[in-house]
Amino acid sequence: MPFLGYVGVFLLLPTVIVLVHAFQNQSGGFSLSGLKVLGDSTVRGYFVGSAELAAVTSVGGAVLGAILAYAVASGNPEGVVRRLYLAGSGVLAQFGGVTLAFAFLATVGPSGLLLHASWFYNFPEGIGLIYLYFQIPLMVLVFMPAIDGLKVQWREACENLGGSAWQYWRHVGGPLLMPAFLGATLLLFANALSAFATIWAWENQIAYIVPQQIAIALSSEVGLANANEGAVLALGMVIMVVVVMTGYALLQRRAARWLR
Amino acid sequence: MSTLAAAAKKEGTLNVIAVPPTWANYGAIISGFTKKYGIKVNSANPTGTSQDEVNAVKQENGTAAAPDVLDIGQAFALANTSLFAPYEVSTWTDIPAAQKAANGLWYEDYGGYMSIGYSSKFGTITSMSQLLGSKFKNAVALNGNPTAANAALNGVMMANLVEGGTADNISKGVNFFHQLKQAGNFSPVSATGATIKAGTTPVVFNWDYLNLPSYVGVSNWKVFVPPNAILGGYYAQAINKNAPHPAAARLWEEFLYSQATSGGQNLWLAGGARPVEQAAMTSNSSINTADASKLPAVSGTPVFLTQAQNTAAANYLTANWAKAVG
Repeated sequence: MPFLGYVGVFLLLPTVIVLVHAFQNQSGGFSLSGLKVLGDSTVRGYFVGSAELAAVTSVGGAVLGAILAYAVASGNPEGVVRRLYLAGSGVLAQFGGVTLAFAFLATVGPSGLLLHASWFYNFPEGIGLIYLYFQIPLMVLVFMPAIDGLKVQWREACENLGGSAWQYWRHVGGPLLMPAFLGATLLLFANALSAFATIWAWENQIAYIVPQQIAIALSSEVGLANANEGAVLALGMVIMVVVVMTGYALLQRRAARWLR
Repeated sequence: MSTLAAAAKKEGTLNVIAVPPTWANYGAIISGFTKKYGIKVNSANPTGTSQDEVNAVKQENGTAAAPDVLDIGQAFALANTSLFAPYEVSTWTDIPAAQKAANGLWYEDYGGYMSIGYSSKFGTITSMSQLLGSKFKNAVALNGNPTAANAALNGVMMANLVEGGTADNISKGVNFFHQLKQAGNFSPVSATGATIKAGTTPVVFNWDYLNLPSYVGVSNWKVFVPPNAILGGYYAQAINKNAPHPAAARLWEEFLYSQATSGGQNLWLAGGARPVEQAAMTSNSSINTADASKLPAVSGTPVFLTQAQNTAAANYLTANWAKAVG
């Protein structure tokens, strides 16, 4: 029950409010005209940008994070390396927003201290690299328990039966880890999709992704503020997450088929 | 005047909102007012925005804590006239006609012109087209997204005027930023004091009073206002029609628009802002010439965007800005 209340207040209620506002005009009456902005090519560009950034950084973060997590997990479980990595990941996964953007700007931006790279301003590779800075540690944190679940005996059994390393990963380790890997990738996707403060501090003269445009729709000083447009954009993001979640559920079912 | 002052002293208090003491010399203005009339000034939410001011007037309506007077962005003044009481200060005729409401509901107070602030490592900039040169790689920034931030929209509009466009059509300004982007000179990083200090945004389009070396906190910083492209941006004063201290509110306006040496107009000037009565004060010699000479030099006739021009520019930017610089 408390969980239901929590979900109700923080998930269902905001979704309903977004839905209601998306179908209202500026004076509060019912209207479908607000949805027209979704057909605008500029607005579609924000959704493409959001999807691109979230996809690149979630897949990249998941692959690199999984490799790192495996490397760390295969070391001494009580060792100092593992503890250092986990503690470090815990800190870095939370490192974002203005501080992260500014750290990159001062270090490797076009007039940075270490490296003068102007491609850093290109979308999505510049901001994507910055996102990986918190995506990889997050992957390490959420994926480590799954790797720890792999028993050494299974590997030994595979080797005893003459299996190669490739066969082990193809038929034992891979299928075992796949559901967890997909789940973690989805978490990273949602994390990147909803991240806002970092890109806002990094390059806010142009809107590339939907949350930036929502901020403009809510707070424009130059007469373009339109809270209903913000709600329509938010609705678009809800739909995006629903699509990804559905795809994930299907994949998950496929990946975990043998578990049933 | 003396009856107004007596009534205001009887009220004893004045509520102001969203006036940071370091902004446009407000610290000295408030203490000068208190010293002269013995009226206590309550300064609420000093770092608030124009929207915060409007919200406070509505939400605190009828209470003793409601703001008496507002110092508000031009667009917000136009959009909220139903909240204001008309008043004409005694120097009313010295405020240019384009900078006040004829019915006295609002009147601009201080502001400045759109300018290009730049690090002196680039030498001296004498023409905006220099910014397309190769030494300005990734250097040129606006102060925000022009579809959201007023200063950024005016930055594009100024470029538009330099390029020969009119206030009715901002397309040449957008085209200039497109050229900057093509040259690799446009920086998408929003300029703040921190990015200027770090050297990440060595060229910034912003209001001249926000581009002063003393304000950005960098000593090797210069300001250039392109000739014949003087775009004005001013704040406006207005009195809350349900002000809890109506006489003190009117006396405050008289103080702000006073041309005396220690009056509001010269105090704003001392803070690096251009007081609205500057032209009149220059001709009647009441202006503090030492402070006036510290402002960036300008030549030409100032342009002020009308609401219709502002809307047209905003709509054009919505459709074209992202394509031009994305």
